[in-house]
Amino acid sequence: MVQLSLPKGSQPTKGKKHAAPADAKNLRTFKVYRYDPDSGSDPSIDEYQVDMDSCGPMVLDALIKIKNETDPTLTFRRSCREGICGSCAMNIDGTNTLACTKGIDEVKGDVKIYPLPHMDVVKDLVPDLTNFYAQHASIEPWLQTTTVQPEKEWKQSTEDREKLDGLYECILCACCSTSCPSYWWNGDRYLGPAVLLQAYRWLIDSRDEATGERLDNLEDPFRLYRCHTIMNCAKACPKGLSPAKAIAEIKKMMVERRV
Amino acid sequence: MAETSAKAPGRARPLSPHLGIYRPMLTMMMSIVHRITGGALYFGTLLLAWWLIAAATGPEAYGVFMDLATSWFGRLVLFGYTWALIHHLLGGIRHFIWDMGKGFELSAVEWMARLSLAGSIILTLIVWAVAYAMAGGL
Repeated sequence: MVQLSLPKGSQPTKGKKHAAPADAKNLRTFKVYRYDPDSGSDPSIDEYQVDMDSCGPMVLDALIKIKNETDPTLTFRRSCREGICGSCAMNIDGTNTLACTKGIDEVKGDVKIYPLPHMDVVKDLVPDLTNFYAQHASIEPWLQTTTVQPEKEWKQSTEDREKLDGLYECILCACCSTSCPSYWWNGDRYLGPAVLLQAYRWLIDSRDEATGERLDNLEDPFRLYRCHTIMNCAKACPKGLSPAKAIAEIKKMMVERRV
Repeated sequence: MAETSAKAPGRARPLSPHLGIYRPMLTMMMSIVHRITGGALYFGTLLLAWWLIAAATGPEAYGVFMDLATSWFGRLVLFGYTWALIHHLLGGIRHFIWDMGKGFELSAVEWMARLSLAGSIILTLIVWAVAYAMAGGL
């Protein structure tokens, strides 16, 4: 049975307030989810006032500023700060996105920041992605062939290469999967939008020769068919991709191979 | 990865907030309403079966059904059933389009959601307006 509410001990409490320096004039308030595994206490929402006159434009800039100047205990993942590594995926202003490409000016009012939804929290904004990565591994995301290895490279026509556009750009940030209510309720068995988009990326690769086995692996009431085209995935994707469309194409392949 | 999956001593990891903090969006709402109307149609089908059984049983049983169905509460339930049926039907058409791999552009997704919501309300009102007109305005 689906549990719509948070389990005991997961509901965030009111946390600390961190005021900005007295001379700061251009203030924004950031409400950030905090959880410290060493304290043993429940998660909380801490408030940070940030001086926008000395802060970069992106939400990640504000988080780094808070960590550098106000509260060094604030924990989050980040790396490239330009939307290609996928590390700083989190829930900002109610939708999943990358902190480094989300402008603070895109948010009205207080900036609310949570970890990716319905995930076990390791600390603060860091979710446990172990299951997500294991699911990615389960679709065997590499080229599989049976014919003899060519002397040079596996060739692909321009047209066949174009079929990978809109798929290969995925950075596996998990924004889409953790935006999906189906993945919230059935994340243990449903593969979720990100992993299914990756599965489709290999299914339609003209060089790959394991299409049948790949489809067999997905033909399952949960692994594939928990997608109900809710569309949160496509709306959340910070790279503008459509996992929903990729999943629909897999469902079509399932039907087409039977007729 | 082994380190990040190690459980904190003393307590289980909290589950991050989900439904309560996610921004409500029309597409997401239409999806859950599609499921709710689908469930409501089971109930509506029972009413339909009751109507048919009552008609087959005789004038007395049919009278009991009609008294209830034409009461204000009965009409409210029937109005809701009509809307649920049409909403679910239009939602079904949307899903049919998606099953063909079409209509996945974010703009298309948005206007299909709006169209089916508006359409379900308008068509329900039309059905009832026609029904009342045919009945001579009960």
